[in-house]
Amino acid sequence: MSVVRGYLVPHRPQPLLAPHLNPGYTDLRRAMEQVAAEIAALDVDLLLLYSTRWVSILGHQVQADPNPVWTHVDEEFHELGTIPYSFRMDPEFAEAYAQAARARGLHCRTVATHGFPIDTGTIMALSLLNPGNRLPASVVSCNMYADRAETLVLGKAAGDALKATGKRAVAVSITALSNRMFTEIIDPAQDRISSAKDDEWNRKLLEFLGEGRLEDVSQLARSFTSQANADSKCKAIWWLASLMGQHNRYEGEVLSYQPLYGTGAAVVRLVPSLKAAKDQEFDEDDTEFFHGDRGVLQSATPSAGAYASAPAEAAPVTPVAPVASRSPVAPVTPVAPAAPAAAPPASSVKVNTAQAPKPVGAYPHARREGEWLFLSGVGPRQPGTDAIPGGPVWDADGKPLPYDVEAQTRAVIKNVQVILEASGATLKDIVDCQVYLIDMRRDFPTFNKVYAELLGPSGATRTTVEVRALPTPIAVELKVVARLKA
Amino acid sequence: MSNQPGEIVAGVLAPHPPHLIYAENPPQNEPRSEGGWEELRWGYERLRERLDKLDYDVILVHTPHWKTVVGTHLLGLPHFASKSVDPIFPNLFRYTYDLQVDVPLSEAIAAEGEREGLVMKMMRNPNFRVDYGTITACHLVNPRWDKPIVVLSSNRAYFYYSNEVGDATMLALGRATARAIAQSGKRALLVATNSLSHRHFTVEPDPPEDMSHEHIYNMNQHLWDMRMLKLMREGKTRQLVAELPDFNEHAVSECSDGSLTWLLGALDLPSYPARVHAYGTVIGTGNAIVEWPHAEANAKAAKRADAEVAP
Ligand SMILES: [Fe+2]
Repeated sequence: MSVVRGYLVPHRPQPLLAPHLNPGYTDLRRAMEQVAAEIAALDVDLLLLYSTRWVSILGHQVQADPNPVWTHVDEEFHELGTIPYSFRMDPEFAEAYAQAARARGLHCRTVATHGFPIDTGTIMALSLLNPGNRLPASVVSCNMYADRAETLVLGKAAGDALKATGKRAVAVSITALSNRMFTEIIDPAQDRISSAKDDEWNRKLLEFLGEGRLEDVSQLARSFTSQANADSKCKAIWWLASLMGQHNRYEGEVLSYQPLYGTGAAVVRLVPSLKAAKDQEFDEDDTEFFHGDRGVLQSATPSAGAYASAPAEAAPVTPVAPVASRSPVAPVTPVAPAAPAAAPPASSVKVNTAQAPKPVGAYPHARREGEWLFLSGVGPRQPGTDAIPGGPVWDADGKPLPYDVEAQTRAVIKNVQVILEASGATLKDIVDCQVYLIDMRRDFPTFNKVYAELLGPSGATRTTVEVRALPTPIAVELKVVARLKA
Repeated sequence: MSNQPGEIVAGVLAPHPPHLIYAENPPQNEPRSEGGWEELRWGYERLRERLDKLDYDVILVHTPHWKTVVGTHLLGLPHFASKSVDPIFPNLFRYTYDLQVDVPLSEAIAAEGEREGLVMKMMRNPNFRVDYGTITACHLVNPRWDKPIVVLSSNRAYFYYSNEVGDATMLALGRATARAIAQSGKRALLVATNSLSHRHFTVEPDPPEDMSHEHIYNMNQHLWDMRMLKLMREGKTRQLVAELPDFNEHAVSECSDGSLTWLLGALDLPSYPARVHAYGTVIGTGNAIVEWPHAEANAKAAKRADAEVAP
């Protein structure tokens, strides 16, 4: 288990800057110091944080500045004082995290800019839980538009990154529970949860967490949000539940629950345990890859993802007819190539590339009609040599040979990718895929696994059929249709 | 300062995409670009030419990017200097600023706001970093930085209840602002810094200034933006305020942070036509640079009234 335990902590700065103003703030401070001591006794490599106070719009961002240093003032509670900070982040892990997120279909980038405004929640958590920067940390942003599926996938990406780097981590979700702040200046000594209803809902949630039922809380989050004005739709809890394995088998303990300017603030510990699984509902939001839940109003024009397809550098193209020039960085004087007589219209273009295996007949690798790109059937043969990765399926006499369908499938998809890139598209732009296998019973499970890994994120429709033979001694061939982004 | 009552010389809607400063490459900003978003930048040039002809003492900014819940906050110290880094676009905006605040006017606005029943709070922490919306808008409106400013936060609390409650509160804050200006004897330029429709693309082209990717997020946003601009150009600001809640909801408008409503409240819901200097999109959001030539319109109205009473 690469996440040895998880914690929930609040983000408003009173426990850090002014614990003396209210016994509740003092208690939150005590609980966070206890957490710091618990973490110090663990054998872990990393503190992995998610803060609802770091809001992003362009996908998710991961902090990658190895040593962010600044003097922070909270935009709301500036009168409580200034927080100078100097933290230790893990930039290699941040890169692995962003890469893992992208592999699961999320938009994600790292930020390593001096002076980047780190949020109050992260600052409070790192200041109180990680004194002296004993552990390096990694923080990810809370995407404003993300819903549950996207946040669950982000949690899984965090897990992938731990696996890839071989690190053991403590996961910390920085979030309020009910999030209804007082809107007037109050005497901090009189602080309380802003409504009895919010208080009851917080206690319900904490009762579940105290029993270790993190996955149940993750699934309950939408009700909690509508009833108790949750902090950022409970995204921090979704992230934590997903990262920690989506189950209810934890030893849970609520270390503190107090009001923070009307909101619910809690410190909770969750330790994975071997206790028997409790009943757990089927989770219909659960998904391995993010395919986008935005742009539901768009039908014809891609918009939310419209930028993803601009290729910085297309693979070498041998255009049979002129191909529209794509995204030069420096200003160019457009020169219209002289079109041969009877050439197809500019929107109808054949594409061939030396990077893909030579066609075995009189057809191009791909043909573009307007925004649509049709690829000819593609097999695993290697460009130049015609060698078949994983071996041919029969010899020159037609005698069957043992072959490796995984290697063949990977090679097919690689060839598809090369042709797409030569046409100004990517694997993500595939909208439909037809699959031909010569031995469904033997090869389908393996093929299907590789497909999920490499083409699952495209979200394309797919049809798989068994055929008796293919023109060359191969076991798998793909026929794809893609759509070019504007 | 004379004993004349103070005056609002003009109000402007001045959106603050950091892209516009990135595209301009001023010495204060670290990242370098090859340009982009020229329509909007030329619009700002036209606005600045107009403002250069006006005589004013102070710039008041209502900003969506200083979000507060416990009341409206105002900068309450005379001087702030630091580096502003946009948390969404740190690759575009890292700007070194050094600015002066008109603290007496800020305090007067706080006092008048309290008279309207609003919660007001002065920000007196010297280490406070001024939000990037304010910095961007101030640079675009007055790149010389030679006037003191007043900065008002965006109070999220009332918009939490409903857009209608939020707008009513911002109109009251606008009235309080106008009274404080009148008492101060100063000539003020008011800046509401927000975009119109505000749904963003969630990915960025490489480089960000690749204008082949720039267009409005969807047709709905365009239609709503044009509707709002039509009302501004026709001087129908009462109707505009009446339609704002729908606009905020349907076009995910940044007007829901209250800046434009505050401005219209301070201008007493003007019925003279506004000048639209430019409209353009930035990463899918709709942005308009609009001027309400307040002093000019008031002078014209006074002249007309004189002509009517003349024999
Ligand atoms: Fe903004």
